[in-house]
Amino acid sequence: MSIDPTPGGLSPTAPVLELRGARKTFGAVVALASGSVQLRAGEINALVGENGAGKSTMVKILAGVHQPDSGEFLFDGHPIVFRTPAESKAAGVSVIYQEPTLFPDLTVAENIFVGRQPTSRLGFIDRAKMRADARALFARLGVPIDPDRVAEGLSIADQQIIEIAKAISLDAKVLIMDEPTAALSGVEVERLFGVARALRDRGSAIMFISHRFDEVFGLSDRITVMRDGAFISEHATGDVTTAEIVRAMVGRDVDQLFPKQEARIGEPVVTVEGLTRQGVFHDVSFEVRAGEIVGLAGLVGAGRTEVARALFGIDRYDAGSVTVNGKPLARRDPMAAITAGIGFVPEDRRKQGLVMDMSVSRNTTLTLRRTLSRFGLVSARREREAAADWSQRLQVKTGSQELAVATLSGGNQQKVVLAKWLATDPTFLIVDEPTRGIDVGTKSEVHRLISDLAGRGIAVLMISSELPEVLGMADRVLVMHEGRLTATLDRADATAERVMHAATGSDAADLTEATQAAPAASPTNPTTPPTATAEATR
Amino acid sequence: MTTSHALAAAPTSGRNPVASLLRQREVPVASALVVLVIVTTIANPLFVSAQGVKDLMLNATITVIMAVGLGTVIITNNIDLSVGSILGLVAFATGTVFAAAPDIPIVFVFLIGLAIGAVLGAVNGFLVTVARVPSLVITLGMLYIYRGLNNAWAGGQQYFAGDRPAAFGRLSVDTVLGVPIITIIAVVVVVLVAVFLARTRPGRDLYAIGSDEEAARLFGIAVSRRVVTAFVLNGTLTGLAGVLYASRFNSVGATTGTGLELDIVAAAVVGGIAIFGGSGSVVGAAIGAVLLTTITSSLTALGVDKFWQQAIVGVLILTAILVERIASIRKARRLRTSEATNA
Repeated sequence: MSIDPTPGGLSPTAPVLELRGARKTFGAVVALASGSVQLRAGEINALVGENGAGKSTMVKILAGVHQPDSGEFLFDGHPIVFRTPAESKAAGVSVIYQEPTLFPDLTVAENIFVGRQPTSRLGFIDRAKMRADARALFARLGVPIDPDRVAEGLSIADQQIIEIAKAISLDAKVLIMDEPTAALSGVEVERLFGVARALRDRGSAIMFISHRFDEVFGLSDRITVMRDGAFISEHATGDVTTAEIVRAMVGRDVDQLFPKQEARIGEPVVTVEGLTRQGVFHDVSFEVRAGEIVGLAGLVGAGRTEVARALFGIDRYDAGSVTVNGKPLARRDPMAAITAGIGFVPEDRRKQGLVMDMSVSRNTTLTLRRTLSRFGLVSARREREAAADWSQRLQVKTGSQELAVATLSGGNQQKVVLAKWLATDPTFLIVDEPTRGIDVGTKSEVHRLISDLAGRGIAVLMISSELPEVLGMADRVLVMHEGRLTATLDRADATAERVMHAATGSDAADLTEATQAAPAASPTNPTTPPTATAEATR
Repeated sequence: MTTSHALAAAPTSGRNPVASLLRQREVPVASALVVLVIVTTIANPLFVSAQGVKDLMLNATITVIMAVGLGTVIITNNIDLSVGSILGLVAFATGTVFAAAPDIPIVFVFLIGLAIGAVLGAVNGFLVTVARVPSLVITLGMLYIYRGLNNAWAGGQQYFAGDRPAAFGRLSVDTVLGVPIITIIAVVVVVLVAVFLARTRPGRDLYAIGSDEEAARLFGIAVSRRVVTAFVLNGTLTGLAGVLYASRFNSVGATTGTGLELDIVAAAVVGGIAIFGGSGSVVGAAIGAVLLTTITSSLTALGVDKFWQQAIVGVLILTAILVERIASIRKARRLRTSEATNA
């Protein structure tokens, strides 16, 4: 149904809701540099972009959660800013977030109607009507959910259905769906699309965010591309190909930012074989060699971090093995992993990588307590010396070693985490989203450091959602999609398009099928990246 | 991952009215109360004599009213530890008012007590929502501040029952059909607040806030205003309890109500209100309050050493929490297995 192009390109109707050049910063981090989007009545606009392109920030501005620092925000042609979610809702904007936001203790029916429950003449809530209304909604959606059960314990898919029922019951003028299909199976996705189309035909303006191109092309009338927090382009869905969209999403000068040094690649340090955890990741096998940086790419939720955590021994796995320097590594034992020479720089450094209120030196030496202590007591002097040594080597910029880590910038915090692990003298380092939330200037410093480490013979596994980072840094790129490795690309073969296709699980052949028929219940697992990207969709 | 099977297999519980009644959170505490009364009566039939029952009701009244108020706050995932101090201030104010104007209509005394309680509760609610510091810390501070005010105001002064009009004292003696007047007040309070929480939008908002405050915000619920409302309601009811305290007990002074807050928290938790908010009912809290006060009388009637009383209350609290925990673990396990079979 996406094949028929929108007649006349741009439609003449004025947008219901429009952002022009919206900017939003959090401290030093620019979340949205110049976000623009136009939502028109009776039209579905798909918003696409890499992770970190600013999509979710834009959603939150439209939802009234954040307020833009600058830029224009028009509703029905009048300037407006939603100061609270309540204001956005009152104007007729309904949002389905990536993560369902339900009240676990309340019943399903109440979750749909909270704050606007049907009431009797005396002002008391009419529970029978509420229940009946909920049932009617579910009947329309074709799902048998009991309106009387509490929301706690519902599967993610069911929770998402309830969010959708909520949005439908609001009869929203504008419906925003932030990756609503991430947890849904094919049948449920089709059902959701049916509802979205029905709402569009009744005149709602719909914004749809998805990483799955088959869905984007199958549902939308228009595609808006974002990159690095800025609006890039808008296309009528019928006039554009997947390849063009992918290029618009990733197109940027990659080489300058990432000073990759050539390193001598040696023997395998870590070998992972058939690693499986039911429902999370399946049959993941790879090796990382001394001096090699292996990039692990994929979308958020593809199972990358989960693999790293299982490897390091934080989480369990059901099958498979991990070998480090020729010796098998015990399961579920992070201490053994550290002893074997593995370091793990986690994704969320504020929660998992650092003790924010402790000093720089304390944090740096956290992993060293045993070697620094005598008779079970940590020597303050030796701690200071060790910390000063590492901070200097990594050029951590801090006023004093005794300042709380919380006072440092994101980039310098990340250096402290790196210092902490380097102090254990690892042979294998896992870095998970090493530059998330770090400004561009310090980013390249972190890259230089990682590259430097590989140069000294450390094997590095780098999980990153930023394509340019992966392409610029990695000697080899592994791509995961829905818990499986879908591609292994050498540096020379790794292009943004290939990685993106493997990460979205959509090779070109898939795409034509998907646009003609309902998507199958489970996606195919392409083991090779598509070679013919462009022609299949047109 | 999850497929349409998960939808088809969605449990259709709650159809059988008897079964759903038994799943109510108030059932365990109510059963415990019934068992306690039966056991004590078998051992000592005087326990359910007219006088015995009247004493039980009188003893429970003040705790019931306060448990209903604090229960409302706990449902929002907050707490107010200053209720003992608020009760003390209001009770002493009541004594002071009667000393200054012995002929004042009793209704005015109630209004003054309710107003003082409401203001003190509003201060708590305001501080909690503005400072965004956990209410545990804020109201712990307010516990000491209000108590300090009471100390400074009362000094060594105490007011005794003889200082107050006889009609005021009779409130906690006279009965209608065998039920003390102040107990009737308590029952009315329980019913009104229960209906408010269960059947009005602002009431349901309190549950939503306690269940997930961030989601409530995203949903456009006026979180701060609702939380302040809960604190004001709690303060008002504590004020009511303070006035009734002055009616029921002989003396009010600087230390009146000291340490009461933990009894009230215990009553609410034993009554099935989740300490992290979102579920439970004030009816349960009220039954919890009755249970805890009844245990005291029951142990006396059974001739058990009074020192055991507190230990038994402790065991009850742990049991209540354990029951909750087991239920949620079982629920989680059910979910996991159903997802695994659907995977």
